[in-house]
Amino acid sequence: MNTRMTRQIVVIGGGPAGLAAAAAAKKNGAEDVLILERDRVLGGILNQCIHNGFGLHTFQEELTGPEYAARFIRIVEEQQIPYLLSTIVVDLARLENGRIAVSVMNRSEGLFVIEAEAVILAMGCRERPRGALNIPGYRPAGIFTAGTAQRFVNIEGKMPGREVVILGSGDIGLIMARRMTLEGAKVKVVAELMPYSGGLKRNIVQCLNDYGIPLKLSHTVVDIKGKDRVEAVTIAEVGPDRRPIPGTEEEYTCDTLLLSCGLIPENELTGKLGADLSPVTSGPVVNESLETSIPGVYACGNVLHVHDLVDYVSEEASEAGARAAEYVSGKDCAAGEPCAIRAVDGVRYTVPAVLRIGKMRERQVIRFRVGEVFRDAEVVIELDGKSYRSVRKKIMAPGEMEQVILPKKDLEEIKPSVITIRIRTNM
Amino acid sequence: MVDVLIIGAGVTGAAIARELARDERTILVVEKELDVCEGTSKANSGIAHAGFDAKPGTLKAQMNVRGSRMMEQLSKELDFPYRKNGSLVLAFHEEDLKTLEELLERGRRNGVEDLRIITAEEVRALEPNVSEQVCGALYAPTGAIIDPFLMNVAFAENAFVNGADFLFGAKVSHITRNQETGSYTVRIRTVKGARKEHYGQNAAALPAELTIEARTVVNAAGVYADEIHNLVSARKIHITPRRGQYLLMDKAAGGFVSATVFQCPTAMGKGVLVTPTVHGNLLVGPDSENIEEKEGTNTTAASLSYVLSRAGLTADRLPARQVITSFAGLRAHGDVGDFLLEEAEDAPDFYDAACIESPGLTSAPAIGEYMAQLIREKHPAPARPHFDGTRRGTPCVSMASLEERQKLIEQDPAYANVVCRCELVTEGEIVDAITRPLGARTLDGIKRRVRAGMGRCQAGFCMPRQMELLEEQTGLAPEEIVKSGADAFILFGESGKGVSV
Repeated sequence: MNTRMTRQIVVIGGGPAGLAAAAAAKKNGAEDVLILERDRVLGGILNQCIHNGFGLHTFQEELTGPEYAARFIRIVEEQQIPYLLSTIVVDLARLENGRIAVSVMNRSEGLFVIEAEAVILAMGCRERPRGALNIPGYRPAGIFTAGTAQRFVNIEGKMPGREVVILGSGDIGLIMARRMTLEGAKVKVVAELMPYSGGLKRNIVQCLNDYGIPLKLSHTVVDIKGKDRVEAVTIAEVGPDRRPIPGTEEEYTCDTLLLSCGLIPENELTGKLGADLSPVTSGPVVNESLETSIPGVYACGNVLHVHDLVDYVSEEASEAGARAAEYVSGKDCAAGEPCAIRAVDGVRYTVPAVLRIGKMRERQVIRFRVGEVFRDAEVVIELDGKSYRSVRKKIMAPGEMEQVILPKKDLEEIKPSVITIRIRTNM
Repeated sequence: MVDVLIIGAGVTGAAIARELARDERTILVVEKELDVCEGTSKANSGIAHAGFDAKPGTLKAQMNVRGSRMMEQLSKELDFPYRKNGSLVLAFHEEDLKTLEELLERGRRNGVEDLRIITAEEVRALEPNVSEQVCGALYAPTGAIIDPFLMNVAFAENAFVNGADFLFGAKVSHITRNQETGSYTVRIRTVKGARKEHYGQNAAALPAELTIEARTVVNAAGVYADEIHNLVSARKIHITPRRGQYLLMDKAAGGFVSATVFQCPTAMGKGVLVTPTVHGNLLVGPDSENIEEKEGTNTTAASLSYVLSRAGLTADRLPARQVITSFAGLRAHGDVGDFLLEEAEDAPDFYDAACIESPGLTSAPAIGEYMAQLIREKHPAPARPHFDGTRRGTPCVSMASLEERQKLIEQDPAYANVVCRCELVTEGEIVDAITRPLGARTLDGIKRRVRAGMGRCQAGFCMPRQMELLEEQTGLAPEEIVKSGADAFILFGESGKGVSV
């Protein structure tokens, strides 16, 4: 590998997270930022999300996915941040000098290594495929993840099915139920293994209810028929143990099964680097600066944890970009002792998972998801086991991200060594 | 008139075709599917068995040991992945230890080299992840793992460039023997996308029906070999599809075991094994179930959970959460108790290579040799003048060293353009899989040749891009592209037409 270049900050991924991170890094003083994107265009998965509903928080208006992406692409272009397209990162390694060797491959330059002072991970996530769901039956054509079907319809201009059953009520599945219906396909049913939907409430209303598409909670696919192309799918109710209940099977004639059964952060590179990964989120463990366990390596967006709204991705990524810019500027303030955040009693995880009080912003955002539906419950924050603050919520659901804000001055005063976040129900 | 017509382009048929291609004779391989390796050959354990399991004196034993010995050299000549990782058969109690002694004795009689019984401590030193319950094991250092797809592809390609023709999408419906000339008239029905491949020419479409005259017919029709045999012979045979289901795990779990780890065999087969694959995944399976349906390659919840629980006996910390796909294969279990490798008694010049269940994959090179020899003895032919028994496979960028990668990219920058991100498969590799002799015409064909879409996302991201390359290289329309079977189409025409009334 002859080619070598050095960069202050390399951003891996040119989707919403990478774009916002790069823009923020530059804005905060990093001169030398490079975005690496594996696709042929910037914008990531937003390019195929042609429905509206993006940007309500960020821009106070309703944009489509490509419009939302275009706003950030424009900022990146205006800031003259360079980017490489159709470029894949094949390896990440920490060098003895503390820098990160980013091994890269593309058509025009071949194989080369970039030595970066800081790296921002923004690779996004992938969809859980059929195989990982252990759905028995034949393996015909016509089984797609919802995102693949979305790409066929919205980008390739092709119909992947006419009579559709959807398993999983994640947001992409709900959006695709509507899209396929608008394209003239018949969506027969959406089955969801859990007793609640994994998607946003607004999507259930706007994508299923408005079109009369039934949502069957506590149901799953137990058989797929069709040797060449899908011919039928059998759905059964599941009990509290999530196993199918014999005798509840219903067969749906269809040619297509779409899967929207969860997203998995794509952290193969993060793993190669040796950064600590969370078994709950499958993303890296980060501190208040969105820095992984490897100094100078930051993470944001869906590679860190799966988000519900892209607005939060942009917000988080801007913070990661700003933090990376501070890191490369060398203006480091004292970090202080790390304080772990424990997620318990219905709180599945928190991002960040560690706080160094000296490095906190004045108002530190802690994002989390709950493990089940809670009504009229309280989010309780404890510092070293003592109740510090609680917030009452009318409803919390696994499909939506929650957040609490911790003021730096309080923590500086109390200097806790453990922060606990839990859900308290009235039961 | 062709000299030899081989029915079936699975690993057995392809191996026979390659051996016969050493002599100057016309060969036609007739395959009902649209690609090679579409039946049992694509859904098995991918093991080159050492040969201690088969009963001494059987063809199974003979072919297994010979095949196992040929495999390493052959993998170099034909450039398919092979790794001698060794096999272990675990014993969990006293009774099993007795079985190990029997297997050891059987293996020695079959001529398996370096077999020995090792202690529980030795087992754990070799395989730290096996169960605490293990009290000993049979160790076969000559056991190996291979890429079953590429071995099949390699045999077929090599036969092809040495003159064998192939028909795809061509199902044999009738065979009649001409009593005067002694030759066979083979009637064939074709499916959508059926084609004839002749080396050096573009593929030619086939009519809905055609008839071919053949001097000699070889039956390598897998689970359908009984139906083919029974078309010409009054001495009927019966093949029971014996289904085995598997789970494949992510490469993150590939290092869980290094050897192929068996449990003691039963009447129904070698039992559930846990093995790395040549590409670094972890594979567990199969179970064993007699079924009726010759296309019954569906998996079932009961069998998949049985396989996981049985594999859990081998290793209790099995990373079951890492499953990326599951599949089922059908062993062609014959009622004759052994491989059927002979000229049919009442049908001269009709040869069976039938009832090829395990260890069929390992035996394929030896069966190829054996069958070719049977035919050669009856119908000698001069050696083919420019026979070349070597083949260069598609380069594998993900396994290549940095220097090799650099060199490939210098030759063709398409080797730097990654299409399948999970398995790191490049445009260069996919284009080669399509354009090489007897290249892929289906998405599964690409997957089996270069692993695009075989990783953890299972083609979620790269399927549209693979289809684009298939269109560019073959001229197929998007709607004509299939996953594997003739009706396994992916798309229904254009979107953007709105709701139809």
